[in-house]
Amino acid sequence: MKRKSLIYSLFLKGGVILFLFLIQFVLPTYHHSSFSKIMILASYAIAYNFLLGYTGLMSLGHAMFFASGMYSAGLSILYLGFTPLEGIIFGTLFSLTMSLIFGLFALRTSGVSFLIVTLMFGQTLYLAILYYNEFTFGQDGFSITNYLGSLVIFGKEHLYSNPTIRYNFALIMLAVYLLITTIIILSPIGRILIAIRENEARTQLLGYNVFSYKLFALTFSGTLAGISGAMHALLFSYIGTTFAEIHHSISPLLWTLLGGAGTVIGPLLGTGVMYYLIDFISGITSNYLLVVGIILVLTIIWFPLGIMGTLRQQWIKWLP
Amino acid sequence: MVFLAVLDGTVTAFVLALIALGLSLVFGVMRIVNVSHGEFFMLGAVFSWFAYHWTADSVWGFVLALLIAPVIVGFIAVFSERFILRKVDYNPESTIVATIGILYVIQQLTLMGFGPEARPVEAPIYFRISFPWFGYSGYKLLVAVMSGLCLCGVWLLLKRTKLGLYMRATQQDYEIATTFGVPTKKIYASVFALGGGLAALAGVLVVPIRQADHLMGLEPLLLSFIVVIIGGLGSIRGTIIAAFLIGISDGIISVFYEPTLAKMLATLFVVMILIIKPSGLFGENQQ
Amino acid sequence: MMSNKEKGKVDQQSELHITRRSVIGAGAAIAGAGIIGSQLIDPVAKTAYAAGSDEPIRIGFQAHRTGIGALYGRWYERTTNAAAKYINSIGGIAGRPIEIITEDDGTDPKRGADVVEKLATKHKVDFVYGTLFSHVVMGSAPRAGELKIPYFVVSEGYHVASGALNRYVFQPCITDVRSQITAVSNWIFSNLGKNVALIFPDYAFGYDHRDYASAAAAKSGAKITAKIAIPPTASSFTRYFVKIPKNTDVIYHVMVGPGVLTFVREMGEHYGTRHPKLFGFIDSLEGVNINSPGLEFLDGSHFWEAMPRYADGYPTSGSNFYRDTVGVDNTGASKSDSKDVSAYSHMFGCWETLFAIKEAVEQSGYKSKKDYKTLIETFEGFTGFNEGIAHPQGSKVFSGKTHQCYGQQFVSQVKNGKFNVVHRTSIADGMYEPETDYTKKSL
Repeated sequence: MKRKSLIYSLFLKGGVILFLFLIQFVLPTYHHSSFSKIMILASYAIAYNFLLGYTGLMSLGHAMFFASGMYSAGLSILYLGFTPLEGIIFGTLFSLTMSLIFGLFALRTSGVSFLIVTLMFGQTLYLAILYYNEFTFGQDGFSITNYLGSLVIFGKEHLYSNPTIRYNFALIMLAVYLLITTIIILSPIGRILIAIRENEARTQLLGYNVFSYKLFALTFSGTLAGISGAMHALLFSYIGTTFAEIHHSISPLLWTLLGGAGTVIGPLLGTGVMYYLIDFISGITSNYLLVVGIILVLTIIWFPLGIMGTLRQQWIKWLP
Repeated sequence: MVFLAVLDGTVTAFVLALIALGLSLVFGVMRIVNVSHGEFFMLGAVFSWFAYHWTADSVWGFVLALLIAPVIVGFIAVFSERFILRKVDYNPESTIVATIGILYVIQQLTLMGFGPEARPVEAPIYFRISFPWFGYSGYKLLVAVMSGLCLCGVWLLLKRTKLGLYMRATQQDYEIATTFGVPTKKIYASVFALGGGLAALAGVLVVPIRQADHLMGLEPLLLSFIVVIIGGLGSIRGTIIAAFLIGISDGIISVFYEPTLAKMLATLFVVMILIIKPSGLFGENQQ
Repeated sequence: MMSNKEKGKVDQQSELHITRRSVIGAGAAIAGAGIIGSQLIDPVAKTAYAAGSDEPIRIGFQAHRTGIGALYGRWYERTTNAAAKYINSIGGIAGRPIEIITEDDGTDPKRGADVVEKLATKHKVDFVYGTLFSHVVMGSAPRAGELKIPYFVVSEGYHVASGALNRYVFQPCITDVRSQITAVSNWIFSNLGKNVALIFPDYAFGYDHRDYASAAAAKSGAKITAKIAIPPTASSFTRYFVKIPKNTDVIYHVMVGPGVLTFVREMGEHYGTRHPKLFGFIDSLEGVNINSPGLEFLDGSHFWEAMPRYADGYPTSGSNFYRDTVGVDNTGASKSDSKDVSAYSHMFGCWETLFAIKEAVEQSGYKSKKDYKTLIETFEGFTGFNEGIAHPQGSKVFSGKTHQCYGQQFVSQVKNGKFNVVHRTSIADGMYEPETDYTKKSL
């Protein structure tokens, strides 16, 4: 069963990745860059889903992980002269440390308290960025375009903002995230996380150190979110407090939910659907947030499992 | 200087207590978090503006707003409860998501109906109290007094009336209360309406001090969260004490330190409390 | 009677004449002339340059339709549409009609970058223009640079001139805060007092005020008695007023956002009748009627305005024509709704920028995207814009190096329920040495 699941799901994921790889050659310019952005944001959503969909912990402060990866990478490139690669590594380490420390404190609470703690920590990071604005450029933000230099592949130089570079880097990140999360979910660790989601007390009674598992999940989720933030900085060059605000914490929740929490492809689907929906609605009315709100309410009432979740329940049972 | 800080902080604390109380009641009885709570506050302020506008008189407008705003918001709350929250069976996570959706809807509808700019509402009475070092608004003191009266009113409701009894029973144990004949479904609706109504009331009281605008609900929401967490989810007493703690200390810290720093410190303070006592100062141990 | 073609050439020549002088010198020359009066530039641009194709010139308008900038976005959109309509009625740009394509950026930097993308790659516009809020500019302008599309900002932020952006970005028709503050500071110190307390919002816009006002004070021997930064979300201000020392002559306040009316009212409650003089910036009250309840405390105080809200403040025929065409009455409110007060000190930037684009296209012979380089170089060669219908706020001196203009500023006093202009600065008053040179950067 596990074997079959793994193989089927790898086929599905592989298929999606292949599809995305091939489609870049026919996409018109505008959609090409939209897809790049969607893939990075979907990676953020996948990271979020690991915590929500599989471990059952809802966070309203994930922007703090995204932003910490983004800012640590960007500021180190700007001030310390790091190369892009060093920036990403630094961003990874920084968000890993941050999520670990945060987890140690925050996981003492659960449920609603946990939610509110994540919310407030997210706010604190946002305020800290504003407070130290002489260093972080506060609300205005900054761009690292001029500090990235160029990427040398096969002897040819490319800018990081080059559409092909952007698209494929985002695609690689997406593929890696899908792979890692699938492997972990289908592994023993993943089984225990799901058990925690289903019934924490029982899992504890069975002798598992629930706290360590949750800490692992949170750290893993936070680090992946941070790396997606660092990548975003690299490929889209603008770093600002808009990525640390509450709405940026609510977004992955929305995308994951719409696509299907607890499925691996769900977040990707949700991000893409939401992105194009907002794009489409903005053309009709300036009040797209209203539609977002309505969709949120309708989804949670009638499609609480999201698109992929409902699919899985009705037809495709082996979807991880 | 400290006197001003304490005075201002006290006024803030009273209003904060009123807003947070609604959130706390809802959580205490229904075990859900209403993320759109701040929007009920905003609606109170916005309806107050409309009342002021229609009557073209600050006193009658105020009275009208006091009477109808909580009622209208109460209806909106009941509507949400009936058609949305009940449908997701009060599942904690689902209600959070649903109320986020409600937040966006209310906020954007207000934007469409009210406009993007902030609009002022005149205070029903206006007088200035002259202290030796500075002047202070008499109306603000009135707000504190009225909030205090409301808090007493809610306390009386909970402790002395049948409705309050039902609410407390439902809070203790939903199933047993139902067995005993408490109309728990209706109680849920009433509590949600009461929570929204209190927030709206706070909005009506506060709007002459600050203008009404469609984005004003976010800040009170965050503050209420802090208050409710520190006080302990589910404890009314905790909420009120925490509101005063936060209100007055915020007033004092803001005078001596920068406000952004003060807010950060407040959050970290909450963290410390949570490490020591995860269920808050007076919270019950749950989950 | 000159033919249109000759008239066009003459006007062009008077512009060329200005290019010979230095930036400062030109400014002094124009400033010295007082109200330039009804020099209506004849914008009927039937020049020999762009032999008419019917293909419109597409201008992508990045609008703050929603979000915190919605008030400005609304007026920016009205002004843009009025300008486009007028320009089309007089023959368009180089004989081609102008087409405005508007997208909402939600006053959000990340959406701003997406909007620039969409306008450039999906709608395939010739130029993108119209952003106001500085964080959105910071988020969007780099993308315009990457996409290599000219980006015209109507922001009054200092970011363009600071060199932080790229060579595709211009702010040709609205002055920046550094210039504004530099221009009015001397007037403040000379007329209101030398001990000044600064109150400003705790983010970039506020810091600009803090920094440049302090610099100006240092130069004139005035003293800054306090610098009070107020967080944008603050809803009560009483506690900040206690930080203002007793020896303060002037309170210089730049509060923006929903709390402004509260700010003023609480200032009044705090001080009562004995209070320092007040100097504010109209940014606090854009879209707000000066007779709103709670603003009584401002009576007698002074404000900076970029363009006087009340018609009698600067009654040139160009300015009156502009006011009429965009639908604003003599009190600065919408003609169709007197409660709808305009953002008069900002929106003129949209009108003038569209005309500046027109002038640049016509002078450079721009026909399509291949001609961006020529267009940009032509623009960088401009040293100013003449006052008139195209530039109703006043003449501008333009620096090709910084891609930023300088212009006149107004000081008004609140009396009898309206703003009354008491001083008009010269363009030279607001000039500063360029701190960057975009012309040296590559395209």
